[in-house]
Amino acid sequence: MWGIIRQKVGAGGFPVPILEQSLPRLRPAVSAWRRYSSAAKEMTVRDALNSALDEEMSADPKVFLMGEEVGEYQGAYKISKGLLEKYGPDRVLDTPITEAGFAGIGVGAAYYGLRPIVEFMTFNFSMQAIDHIINSAAKSNYMSAGQINVPIVFRGPNGAAAGVGAQHSQCYAAWFGACPGLKVLAPYSSEDARGLLKAAIRDPDPVVFLENELLYGESFPISAEALDSSFCLPIGKAKIEREGKDVTITAFSKMVGYALKAAEILAKEGISAERFVTKQVINLRSIRPLDTATINASVRKTNRLVTVEEGFPQHGVGAEICTSVIEESFIYLDAPVERIAGADVPMPYAANLERMAVPQVEDIVCAVKRACYRSVPMTATA
Amino acid sequence: MSAAATKIIQPLPLNSTTTNRSPHKALFNPLKATPISSFPASTRKLRLTKPNSPHARRRSTSIFAVSDVVQEKKPTSNTFFPNLLITKEEGLELYEDMILGRSFEDMCAQMYYRGKMFGFVHLYNGQEAVSAGFIKLLKNEDCVVSTYRDHVHALSKGVPARAVMSELFGKTTGCCRGQGGSMHMFSKEHNVLGGFAFIGEGIPVATGAAFTSKYRREVLKEGDCDHVTLAFFGDGTCNNGQFFECLNMAALWKLPIVFVVENNLWAIGMSHLRATSDPEIWKKGPAFGIPGVHVDGMDVLKVREVAKEAITRARRGEGPTLVECETYRFRGHSLADPDELRDASEKAHYAARDPITALKKYMVENNLASEAELKVIEKKIDEVVEEAVEFADSSPLPGRSQLLENVFADPRGFGIGPDGKYRCEDPKFTEGTAHV
Repeated sequence: MWGIIRQKVGAGGFPVPILEQSLPRLRPAVSAWRRYSSAAKEMTVRDALNSALDEEMSADPKVFLMGEEVGEYQGAYKISKGLLEKYGPDRVLDTPITEAGFAGIGVGAAYYGLRPIVEFMTFNFSMQAIDHIINSAAKSNYMSAGQINVPIVFRGPNGAAAGVGAQHSQCYAAWFGACPGLKVLAPYSSEDARGLLKAAIRDPDPVVFLENELLYGESFPISAEALDSSFCLPIGKAKIEREGKDVTITAFSKMVGYALKAAEILAKEGISAERFVTKQVINLRSIRPLDTATINASVRKTNRLVTVEEGFPQHGVGAEICTSVIEESFIYLDAPVERIAGADVPMPYAANLERMAVPQVEDIVCAVKRACYRSVPMTATA
Repeated sequence: MSAAATKIIQPLPLNSTTTNRSPHKALFNPLKATPISSFPASTRKLRLTKPNSPHARRRSTSIFAVSDVVQEKKPTSNTFFPNLLITKEEGLELYEDMILGRSFEDMCAQMYYRGKMFGFVHLYNGQEAVSAGFIKLLKNEDCVVSTYRDHVHALSKGVPARAVMSELFGKTTGCCRGQGGSMHMFSKEHNVLGGFAFIGEGIPVATGAAFTSKYRREVLKEGDCDHVTLAFFGDGTCNNGQFFECLNMAALWKLPIVFVVENNLWAIGMSHLRATSDPEIWKKGPAFGIPGVHVDGMDVLKVREVAKEAITRARRGEGPTLVECETYRFRGHSLADPDELRDASEKAHYAARDPITALKKYMVENNLASEAELKVIEKKIDEVVEEAVEFADSSPLPGRSQLLENVFADPRGFGIGPDGKYRCEDPKFTEGTAHV
């Protein structure tokens, strides 16, 4: 019933009823096509982000949102839907197309006491504002020796979408992850999105929050705990999505989904091959600080590592993970570390080329097989 | 030479175009624009440069500044102002501030050549009138954002000389514990928000601080919050995109900010005239709906008058002002700059208009203070600066552990729980759910 009401209200353009904080009950399913199931609730990433923004804005009047099209357009990807009606144009600001200017204004507002959320329509546009993200946000707490901290969140979709071409498809996790002073987060599921965005908004440091456009519409089951308005996830902790004992796969954002699919494929194949290949899939969640402790503990258990990312391979997140594992757990490795990344080219437009430029599930499966069979005699395989 | 009319150009009043589409009463409604109120300064005090003046188009061999004012106006005569502009206390305060700035910068040069200071050091000699003229009118809660030439802005705002000197020496007692350096002076206590090495970087930050001030008054309902922000930057910055982006947004949202251009005609070795298609910077304000003012930046009294109006305007909520101060730096761009491109006659011309000598002359001629009193101030400042050097010299270098400190305000990621331990160390956190 709730789902139907929501659908009507959403279509009519009235303010969308958001979670009442007094009710600790479950939030209704959002997708219009889901049957109302009494078991696990599902929520799309888009709604998870929207609810996180809404709850944090209502909890703290110093939080405000600014970016292109966040207000009257309801968000370029509808993430900030309903917020303008609820909070007014002083707290949900439509900016002119001036990334450098408004990112800097956000930083200045954070210096002087507010908690801005700056939305980039995609992180590709953050390159116009990168001076402010790095030089005036990331470095300020250090340069001022702790006097001025910058509680700002830069968020937006990151990485490749579908057919958007080279200038709209770059993944910025590695670039921002290299900078001390920034916290860089990359959620995957709705629970990640909610928990990490709330943590980011409450965090006193600059946070770069890398979402993914293709994940916005995906639904994930969400627990009652995650729907609570005080739910937060820790920054700097990875999550083990799937237990396994043969190989560790690290991934973040959309690639976690691919890694999980690959794990399913391998599990089925493994059964038929007599050798049950189980993979431990780690959802990094946090690119900086990177949870090297969890990764290393996992590698010490499984002895093999495959890193997956969507971005360019050189100097990427995978390169950092591989090296950190070699530094800390070298003697535990039974096979060379495998690194899967996007192709080392600007993203092409043609659909088949684009598919080749981004890691696919088959690539992950191949890499895992390579990592696993190195130390296994060929006769043992099916 | 210049036109007899001395009005500033007002931006054309913008009509209220479309009606407010949003159902809520918008406080920052970009669609509705109100006519800019007329700039309340007395028009006699402000100068207008004649557009298309042949002087303005001369190339870098030009001796004189963009403005024609230079030629005709005598630097210290105040015949226009029959009443004195300042009281004795104000005069002494201004004098002391400018002497402090000058002595401090001279001492910096000495210390640099002795190896106590290092890296990039940009000195403010000659421009003290702008800093003293503007910053001495501010309250403690008002903010100042500057560039790399920020020592004197910090000093005028109230940061103790010894803290700034220690910072320059790289000692742990500096205002940023030695981690910022010459170009990154921050002080939360005195609301000095930096100190930025990139030109144009401070302008959006200042606009953001002004935004906060307005937000606090209107959204957080702190009714008495009328803090003003001053953004200081140079002539070279006025060609940078961020400057224009912020003029637009400050005017759009009517933020309480004053954009102060310290036009010292040179950006390292690039003359302002060689770099700028229209060198009259104050004219760029009206293009965005902001009043633009040009003032003689070597005369602290004139600067102060303009500053009073601009700051009051911002405090009243009437929006931003762009003030172009024509000034000059007596030394090179930095202490590493050999300063070979500037004409000796140009330097001599401005040296004759030294703001400190001008103020001294004014005060003595108008019987505001005697030479002896001013000498006492100079001696006092000498002692302050000497003491600052001694303090900095004897301060310790930062300890090794300081290298990794203060990268984050909250280094463990997310917060401290009620039991005093970091939340991310709670074993339940790896399971993906956590209660706060």
